[in-house]
Amino acid sequence: MMPVALAHLVAVGDPLFSGGAGDTLATLAIVVLKAVVTFVVLLVGVLFMVWFERKVISDMQNRIGPNRAGPFGILQTLADGIKLFFKEDLLPDRADRRVFKLAPYLSLVPAFLAFAIVPVGGTITIAHHKTFLQLADPPIGILFLLAMSSVAVYGVMLAGWASGSKYPLLGSVRASAQMVSYEAAMGLSVATIVLLAGSLSTHDIVTAQSGGVTNLFILKAGLIPFFIFMIAATAELNRPPFDLVEAEQELVGGFHTEYSSIRFALFFLAEFMNTITMSAVVVTLFLGGPSGPGFHFLTWLWPILWFVAKLFVFLFTYVWLRATLPRLRYDQLMDLGWKVLIPASLGWLLIMAAIQLELWYAGVGLVLGLLAWAMLARAMRVGRERSASTFARGGVTP
Amino acid sequence: MTDTSSRLTAETSEGAQELVSRAETTPAELRREEGATLRLPEGVALDPGDVSIEVAEDETMIINMGPQHPSTHGVLRVMMELEGEMVLRSKPVIGYLHTGMEKTGEDLMYMQGGTNVTRMDYLAPLFNELVFSMAVEQLLEIEVPERSTWIRMLMCELNRMSSHLLFMATNGMDLGAVSMMIYGWRERELVLSFFEKTTGLRMNHNYIRPGGVAADLPSGWQEDVAGLCDKIMPRLDEYDDLLTGQPIFRQRTEGVGVITGEQAIALSATGPLLRSAGVAWDLRRSMPYLHYDQVDFDVVVGSYGDSFDRYAIRLNEIRESIRIVRQIIDLMPEGDYRIQDKKVTPPPRGRIDESMEALIHHFKLFTEGFKVPEGEVYVAVESPRGELGCYLVSDGSAKPYRLHIRGPSFVNLQALPLLMRGGMVADAVAVISSIDPVMGEVDR
Repeated sequence: MMPVALAHLVAVGDPLFSGGAGDTLATLAIVVLKAVVTFVVLLVGVLFMVWFERKVISDMQNRIGPNRAGPFGILQTLADGIKLFFKEDLLPDRADRRVFKLAPYLSLVPAFLAFAIVPVGGTITIAHHKTFLQLADPPIGILFLLAMSSVAVYGVMLAGWASGSKYPLLGSVRASAQMVSYEAAMGLSVATIVLLAGSLSTHDIVTAQSGGVTNLFILKAGLIPFFIFMIAATAELNRPPFDLVEAEQELVGGFHTEYSSIRFALFFLAEFMNTITMSAVVVTLFLGGPSGPGFHFLTWLWPILWFVAKLFVFLFTYVWLRATLPRLRYDQLMDLGWKVLIPASLGWLLIMAAIQLELWYAGVGLVLGLLAWAMLARAMRVGRERSASTFARGGVTP
Repeated sequence: MTDTSSRLTAETSEGAQELVSRAETTPAELRREEGATLRLPEGVALDPGDVSIEVAEDETMIINMGPQHPSTHGVLRVMMELEGEMVLRSKPVIGYLHTGMEKTGEDLMYMQGGTNVTRMDYLAPLFNELVFSMAVEQLLEIEVPERSTWIRMLMCELNRMSSHLLFMATNGMDLGAVSMMIYGWRERELVLSFFEKTTGLRMNHNYIRPGGVAADLPSGWQEDVAGLCDKIMPRLDEYDDLLTGQPIFRQRTEGVGVITGEQAIALSATGPLLRSAGVAWDLRRSMPYLHYDQVDFDVVVGSYGDSFDRYAIRLNEIRESIRIVRQIIDLMPEGDYRIQDKKVTPPPRGRIDESMEALIHHFKLFTEGFKVPEGEVYVAVESPRGELGCYLVSDGSAKPYRLHIRGPSFVNLQALPLLMRGGMVADAVAVISSIDPVMGEVDR
């Protein structure tokens, strides 16, 4: 039996739980059904995402790409998965056995859980029970998301550390630094959205954006949080151009160099699942999730279609970035995170907060912000000159 | 250390080539590993205080990059001492592709020599053949026909393009722009198709031989060559769009692996590595061979000596090569494609059935080979990687007494510790890539 308190914790606004304790069994069944469906949809989504990525990149690179398994090679990922499953699972001699085995799950499980809070569609009716098309709508939705993406860092970090090998270790050092610093920028840009929506619940955030393009937070929050979130999310996902953690050309495979067989597949799965989840979160936070114009027939369908369409834009963007951009260097990545993204998102958050109160506050905030920015820039320049003189790189940087 | 691991360490040890901890390294060696250049003029010599960075032994880690590493261009192995991600000192370890080709060359007749040397710098095989053939011809004191000289120039410039295109590909890939790899290969394919049409092979052609070239250009070659130049030219502008103006690409290459002119000369660096430091030294211009003094082209030089300059030099050298190739199309004379000296050139197949003398010549040439007068000679050409030299000693027999190739990749690799010092692991990859070594030529 599902206690009311727990129901409140996972889904405060869901009409599913408003029926009282009368039909808890049906409620429970629906919740389980939704969990299973989400799980399956996400798994199938990953299968297609891998195929989609390979196909799109192939097209961009004048190649054909997978075309053997199934029509258009659509079953290629499945074939690869089966192959990986039956491969020998190697455990390095010097590895910390327990942590080494645990790490893939630490990165996979949060990827699953984070998707739970994403509203995929509007409200539907299953067996006379109305419910949101989202697995859970906890009042702390966004915090849950941030928590999950922080936990996922441990997966990558511990994998590299537990491998007992030098390249993975470098990868894991990069991972912890990168993910921790971009977490901050990401959190601050999310805070802007929370400020505008006045709620941490993803369902409320989506509702606040319904009714017209101008209501979408991407415009209402002034584009900057959107771009910061996009950059930070790419870094969180370890996708190119921020894939320093794997960096095939430098660290061979980074944190998963020593992984093989199904454990490697789990990392792979987690990475693509995270890509889908993050794209879904961007859609939810900035583009109104499933909201959009629809028709009077099949009313449950249009929100889902809108959601998927918006999702595809971002999935394609990630693939596009991967095909186009070179990789950043470690120090450049840190510079971008700490010296650009965090100050910018912090400043913007303050300005948005000021606007919420009174417009002229924002003006004052802007002036003060620019002043602070100028001071920061000056301080950074001095720092750069100092460090350049203490350790001459032996040349001129144009 | 278990028994197994110490046994493995002993079995795979490269001896003095390896980088060891600071405590076990002599100061002179330490300076070299930290990038001090040899034979610097007085006053330019590095200050010892500048070389030694104070580091605690337990804060550094010696890491192996290669010989099985995706970005070491084959089997180069670089041992690096890292502090965090910063490279403090490094040492290239070579020899993993050593097949004794120079020694093999002493056992092959001059006519067979081409098949051997062509496998050294396998990305620019025609240059190896060219330098070997020129050395043999100089010892024989023969002049090859005009047309064969121009064919050699045409093929070599096309080869320079294909080699630099492959650099574009691998350089892009090493920096993470994976699509660039495919684009570079796509354009190189155009050149290789023409090679295949002319020589019968895409690599290791054995096309340029002592006395001329193996076969005349195929009919319609003018259209083929002009067509591939027209195709490649706009694609180079696409590279500009994709990489040259790309902020991330510039950040990754500008100021990375900086070398000055003095240092480059002190390390005997040649090719794009030397020219990136602003030294306009190109054998085609400085010591013209073939007919390079009759064509119009520019020597591209850099001004900062960094990885970006080396990228830009190679990109523009492709453009210059296209310029040269277009001129050659107009300048190509009619005539023989190989010398009509029966002592060097085998008679054509048809003549063997008609003439006893031709049959004897043919038989003698392919069993005994031709004898080369006693003497020694050094010939150098500008390969895509720098000065490619061939030192040949003849004792008057049909086989070289000694064959030595001055491989530009091998010499340029010396600059690695200097270029890598103070950079990060990612820079190390960019630096290796910007030297563009071919391990076949390094190890020979």
